Amino acid sequence: MSLNNVGRPTRPTPAASTAHTSLTGARGLLQDEALIFEMGGWDKTGVDLAPADLDASDLGDLVRTAPIGLPGLSEPETVRHYVRLSQKNHAIDLALYPLGSCTMKHNPRLNEKLARLPGFADLHPMSPVSTVQGALALMDRLAHWLKTMTAMPAVALSPKAGAHGELCGLLTIKAAHEAKGQSHRRIVLVPTSAHGTNPATAAFVGYDVAEIAQTEDGRVDLADLEAKLSTDVAAIMVTNPNTCGLFERDIIEIARLTHAVGAYFYCDGANFNAIVGRVRPGDLGVDAMHINLHKTFSTPHGGGGPGAGPVVLSEALAPFAPAPWVVSDSKGFRLVEDTVDEASAGFGRMVAFHGQMGMFVRAYAYMLSHGADGLRQVAEDAVLNANYVKARLSGAMSAAFPDGPCMHEALFDDHWLEGSGITTLDFAKAMIDEGFHPMTMYFPLVVHGAMLIEPTETESLQELDRFCDALLALAAARAGDVERFTGAPYLAPLKRLDETLAARKPKLRWLAEA
Amino acid sequence: MRYLPLTPADRTRMLGVIGVDSIDDLFADVPAAARLSGPVDLPYHAGELEVERELAGLAALNRPAGAGPFFCGAGAYKHHVPATVDHIIQRSEFLTSYTPYQPEIAQGTLQVLFEFQTQVAALTGMDVANASMYDGSTACAEAVMMAQRVTRRNKSVLSGGVHPHYAAVTQTIAHAEGMDIVRLPVAVDAEADVLAAIDADTACVVVQTPNVFGTVTDVTKIAEAAHAAGALLIVVTTEVVSLGLLKSPGEMGADITVAEGQSIGVGLNFGGPYVGLFAVREKFVRQMPGRLCGETLDAEGRRGFVLTLSTREQHIRREKATSNICTNSGLCALAFSIHMSLLGERGLRDLALLNHSRARQLRAALADVPGFEILTPRFFNEFAIRLPQDAGAPVEALLADGIVAGVPFARLDPGAGLENVLLVTATETTSEADIAAFAEALKGRVSA
Repeated sequence: MSLNNVGRPTRPTPAASTAHTSLTGARGLLQDEALIFEMGGWDKTGVDLAPADLDASDLGDLVRTAPIGLPGLSEPETVRHYVRLSQKNHAIDLALYPLGSCTMKHNPRLNEKLARLPGFADLHPMSPVSTVQGALALMDRLAHWLKTMTAMPAVALSPKAGAHGELCGLLTIKAAHEAKGQSHRRIVLVPTSAHGTNPATAAFVGYDVAEIAQTEDGRVDLADLEAKLSTDVAAIMVTNPNTCGLFERDIIEIARLTHAVGAYFYCDGANFNAIVGRVRPGDLGVDAMHINLHKTFSTPHGGGGPGAGPVVLSEALAPFAPAPWVVSDSKGFRLVEDTVDEASAGFGRMVAFHGQMGMFVRAYAYMLSHGADGLRQVAEDAVLNANYVKARLSGAMSAAFPDGPCMHEALFDDHWLEGSGITTLDFAKAMIDEGFHPMTMYFPLVVHGAMLIEPTETESLQELDRFCDALLALAAARAGDVERFTGAPYLAPLKRLDETLAARKPKLRWLAEA
Repeated sequence: MRYLPLTPADRTRMLGVIGVDSIDDLFADVPAAARLSGPVDLPYHAGELEVERELAGLAALNRPAGAGPFFCGAGAYKHHVPATVDHIIQRSEFLTSYTPYQPEIAQGTLQVLFEFQTQVAALTGMDVANASMYDGSTACAEAVMMAQRVTRRNKSVLSGGVHPHYAAVTQTIAHAEGMDIVRLPVAVDAEADVLAAIDADTACVVVQTPNVFGTVTDVTKIAEAAHAAGALLIVVTTEVVSLGLLKSPGEMGADITVAEGQSIGVGLNFGGPYVGLFAVREKFVRQMPGRLCGETLDAEGRRGFVLTLSTREQHIRREKATSNICTNSGLCALAFSIHMSLLGERGLRDLALLNHSRARQLRAALADVPGFEILTPRFFNEFAIRLPQDAGAPVEALLADGIVAGVPFARLDPGAGLENVLLVTATETTSEADIAAFAEALKGRVSA
């Protein structure tokens, strides 16, 4: 697969800039900021430490003598460097961030404040259990909320991200099959529209991946699924709502067919935001599902992480969950840290320590803030917003699945751009000039030139209209104004970047000029 | 509900634009049997005040590391993080942005990642570092998988000094992959024991320095032996501050270095989020897991940064990817990078020396306690002690004196038969008064 297929530009055509240029490389208040390695701070430091009373003579030749190559900055220089850099980023706090499959919603600042309470942030994972009772209680309550929202009897909290949750789910499934003498099951079925992490995870744990076809209306092809299900299948991995933003209408039948051959149903929960409070995966026949706390439960994405991916488990899989987990008795809470010790069938351990406590605190605060009523409203507003965007844009752009409602994402294809000389990528880059982050492009792979828009429930009607007006204006401009798109973005900190150059001659660190 | 901007009137108007009568119509694809008619059985929404009250109540039940003398380490370390770090990582543009897939409007995050990769490479003495992993333990497991890909061999040897959690995570993943892990018996000073286990089937040897008992080892000879057999050397470090004082893994011949970066900028967080560091020799770049940021030019010839070599990754290669990792520890990498920029080489070296100095003071104080035997021969800021009794009891007893004495080794590895071993750590946050109080309390509570 070439890079172009997933919307990565290869090499932009050099643009003749007609705009005013500065003498220094700055763009007004947007500074041309050097790397920390170019600032000359080789003997500088921004910290004042107490002097050490002893030297390191006891360590002899274990001591590092050669220069390390780490520059230092004083505190004012540090603040300025990073604040200048920050201004070159788009963020959900600036505008609607319509990345489908990513659930870029508002991140409440209360949650940041609470995660920083010393009782959580300054707590050592191996501190004696009697000194961490509040933390364990919070994990226990979070687990209760997750289990109740999903109608699942167990949850493994420790996975550190969605893909890590998938890994946990498949390892649980693998352990369950091994316990039943079913180790011969080698196949994991994955729809063609799946996230890349699904097949990658299945392969990572040693399974063979087979694809399930999709129907014309964007759902799992039941006939194809039935044909491929056999006693060699360990599990199916289905995202629901799926990556086309559609609810799998036959989901209960999918689960039944899967269970009929002795396989397990892994649900990718990346899109749980569409159904939280309205549909419980346990009622659909799901055996395992990860929940991205950084999506549905709004822990910040932080430029790529950290996230958290707890996995809810069915009765059949619960005994195989990894360590650690929290239990309680009359003496309070404690952690089961060793599966052997507890005569459990747990498959092992996913991480050092107990998982992403910082995310647990934020997610729990988010849940308490919304409550059962508010979380249901989250799903309703997320779906309403997506359908509103779909309705407003469908006149100008071609919806990939025009019939019937979508869930929390509105998916368009590029048929409406045919003959315009403009690609999905061009259109998305032009959105940047209008003040919006591009939508997810060229995913799912099953839709040509896909544009996947997920507005989330935290957008106001005014912001949705501003967004739709911008896209409609761009759509109207496509005839006769091709350069607006093919050279875009014009108004971002940088123009399109040469990704071919980056990959052909990888320069992955700063090096002093020879 | 304060986070939901739509008003009832907005919703009515929007339903009209969509052309449906009610919100239920939008959920028509959900099978009737699975539709909930109302909220689930959980409390209803609450105001900021009420939520803050509940969580502050839970936080108050915990004993933060900073509340008094504190000597736990074992893979997570109490360090002072400058106030600047937390201020900057809370800027909206860093905190609330996504993975920098649109480089034109993500140069802030991308330049930070490029600087982070350079800092990590320098610190570890390696050629190239990635843009972070979840934590040190998962980085360790990924390194072993990578060694298998590089060498096309199936056996990996883990020293008995590798943190038991790291070993468990690696064994868990390796088991699923059908890979053979040989974990050598747990021992305080035996990294070199891996030498005898290297053979023609060995993909890699994994050693840790400082190891879980705090023992510092020059692994140069292990590297030579591994390379002679066509195997890779993976060096694990759970305390990165040590690299300000000790020879780097790269200098000693490591092929892959993985580390827990939590000590720099991140904080304790009860175990997560942390930041895994992953660095390799240049020739292995294309077998690395995780995101990589690289330098390039934009259409006007200006320097810029992009995520690159993504043909290794799951979103392009799917089942042929080097790893399934997607979300990583971006914001923790930013925190690490800011703290490291504040320290600089001079600050890091001073910090490392200060840690070592405090640990030697601790050692001197504890060596006087009757019945105590210091086990770790050479250490950075952490060492193991054999007590005359089960290590759990004095740890519990000293809590009454307001002292958290350390981590009983048996908590990390109950099966190792080391119930009497206690791991203790001192950092720049440990005061002389803390050390004196600890030694004094022990003398009163431990019977020789």
